[in-house]
Amino acid sequence: MNNIPIQKSTIDPREVQQFNELQGEWWNPTGKMKPLHRINPVRLAYIKEQITLNHKVGSNNLKLLSGLTILDIGCGGGLLCEPLARLGATVTGIDPGESNIEIAKAHATLSKLKINYQVTTAEELLKTGAEFDIVLAMEVVEHVADMAIFIEATSKLVKSGGLFIGSTLNRTIRSFVLAIIGAEYILRWLPKGTHSWDKFVTPEEFQTALETNGFDRCEVTGMTYSPFTDSWNQSRDASVNYFLCAYKAR
Amino acid sequence: MQFINSYDLVIAGGGHAGLTLALTVKSALGENCSVAVFDPNGFEPRANDLRASAIAAVVRQKFEELGLWNDLQKDAQPIHDMVITDTALEEPVRPALLSFGDKQSDQPFAHMVGNNTLSAVLKKAAIAAGIELIQAPVTGYQISNEHVEAMHGKSAPSHAKLLVAADGARSTLRELAGIAFYGWGYGQMALVATIGHERPHGGRAVEHFLPSGPFAILPLTDNRSSIVWTERDRDAKRLMEMETDSLLRELERRFGLELGKLTLLTALEAWPLKLGLAKRFISERLALIGDAAHVIHPIAGQGLNLGLKDAFSLATRIVEQARLGLDIGDATVLKAYERDRRFDTSAMAVTTDVLNRLFSNDSMPLRVIRGFGLGLVQRSPRLKQFFIGQAAGGI
Repeated sequence: MNNIPIQKSTIDPREVQQFNELQGEWWNPTGKMKPLHRINPVRLAYIKEQITLNHKVGSNNLKLLSGLTILDIGCGGGLLCEPLARLGATVTGIDPGESNIEIAKAHATLSKLKINYQVTTAEELLKTGAEFDIVLAMEVVEHVADMAIFIEATSKLVKSGGLFIGSTLNRTIRSFVLAIIGAEYILRWLPKGTHSWDKFVTPEEFQTALETNGFDRCEVTGMTYSPFTDSWNQSRDASVNYFLCAYKAR
Repeated sequence: MQFINSYDLVIAGGGHAGLTLALTVKSALGENCSVAVFDPNGFEPRANDLRASAIAAVVRQKFEELGLWNDLQKDAQPIHDMVITDTALEEPVRPALLSFGDKQSDQPFAHMVGNNTLSAVLKKAAIAAGIELIQAPVTGYQISNEHVEAMHGKSAPSHAKLLVAADGARSTLRELAGIAFYGWGYGQMALVATIGHERPHGGRAVEHFLPSGPFAILPLTDNRSSIVWTERDRDAKRLMEMETDSLLRELERRFGLELGKLTLLTALEAWPLKLGLAKRFISERLALIGDAAHVIHPIAGQGLNLGLKDAFSLATRIVEQARLGLDIGDATVLKAYERDRRFDTSAMAVTTDVLNRLFSNDSMPLRVIRGFGLGLVQRSPRLKQFFIGQAAGGI
């Protein structure tokens, strides 16, 4: 049906190298991965909310994700996979970085959690015929070499009636100032060169890419940082960070 | 070979704050969260604790949500009315400087509940909820690999994601964590007893600000009241040694005639008064609650409420975190807890300290100033509402 050769990799080798250098730091909440640890609660809250709405599960049940399969693309050290598994989901985490997957596997054993971690890409996983109720791509699209190819492969991994949930950085003047200059150069939250602004994706571009791949009911929610409580919160302001959730029609 | 017991939450100390935390977490998270409470004294009510405490309205609300209020209510006396006087002992008439009624609101602003009743109700509920109550102390702890290991003397250690120090004013865990505890003694003792009286109290709490310290008459069920009688150390010693008849005469001088003939239903107990505040409420995978975090002057009857509010606040943070599948012992939970509680606690410690300094003396200028102050409050409905809100535990 499509003309795009999906064998073509969407991985940018320079980006993989950069993340590999952060090995050993993944699970230290005050180390180099502190920003990811800080952002984790709002991410989980958003993911939980969207799944609760779509799959009609009780939000106060501790094992509310039981029976659901979740794929986390670009899982890193497993910061998101572990809590989702703890909430009852059957979780698969994939990452192109070998050391990331090693760290993730070791930590899951420590946490006594069963998570299927693989060193692979969305495109490769698709070849095995795998399908998931929910596919996550958190802070991933801004790192891939070709967004269109990535979204196409990712879409096919979602079962019909399932959800795609992503988060990324908007391409605005504000995001340039805050995410690049602020977070990488002034606050030093992230190593310099973590992001390239021209690879940032606007919600409209993201939405269009998903809609051409069989998704509808795309919803965009902003995410902002509050310096007073040192926490991230959902917000209407999607000019820098935002979440996107899309439903795959049956 | 020793086996390690693994839990999500381990609490050192089975007092009111410790058990309330355990119950609040357990009732929200159920079987997916394992909770153990360790106490060297085995969760039996203290035989000699006659004290009763004012349970603030916000705390009562929480106990209702936990399904404990039905059991507590049997022994709970609502306080409908609060009167404050400021006089020297010799003055025969004590005009009320300040009186609060609950007529403005639809519920009493506090209830008096016996400390031992509260202990018994909490213990019963904890067992029913599947919380493990273990008679052993927590003698030490260490952090490793994203969990905390609690030591119990010669018994097998236990693992947890979070360790809570609810082990009282002389907290072992606070000391092991190297958290400084600042404070001083007041040189005052609180003498506590239950008094029977001829006439009903009508749900009125009375606090006489006497030169030696506050003398509080707090209504209990039936024709009984709990007294908290503050005296300087040496005077307290003298009173403790007094014969019942002379003691009753001393009591009558302070009670006035309103409640009729008095009887002493229990012996007098003396509790030294102190102020203490922990420099930090948290350390890695450790949180301090209740008296381990703060000890305040009982002048405003807020010590127990502060401890229970710690428990509810920490429980809220733990439950939020657990519902996201996150680690309940990580820094996010602890920092949020400290942020929630530090201000309320310090403010209360300072307020009670200042109140005590202001009232526990017989200096004429101060009496004039405080008379003016309380009179001002009495005349201003807004200020009064503020004080009622404080007594009810609000912000």
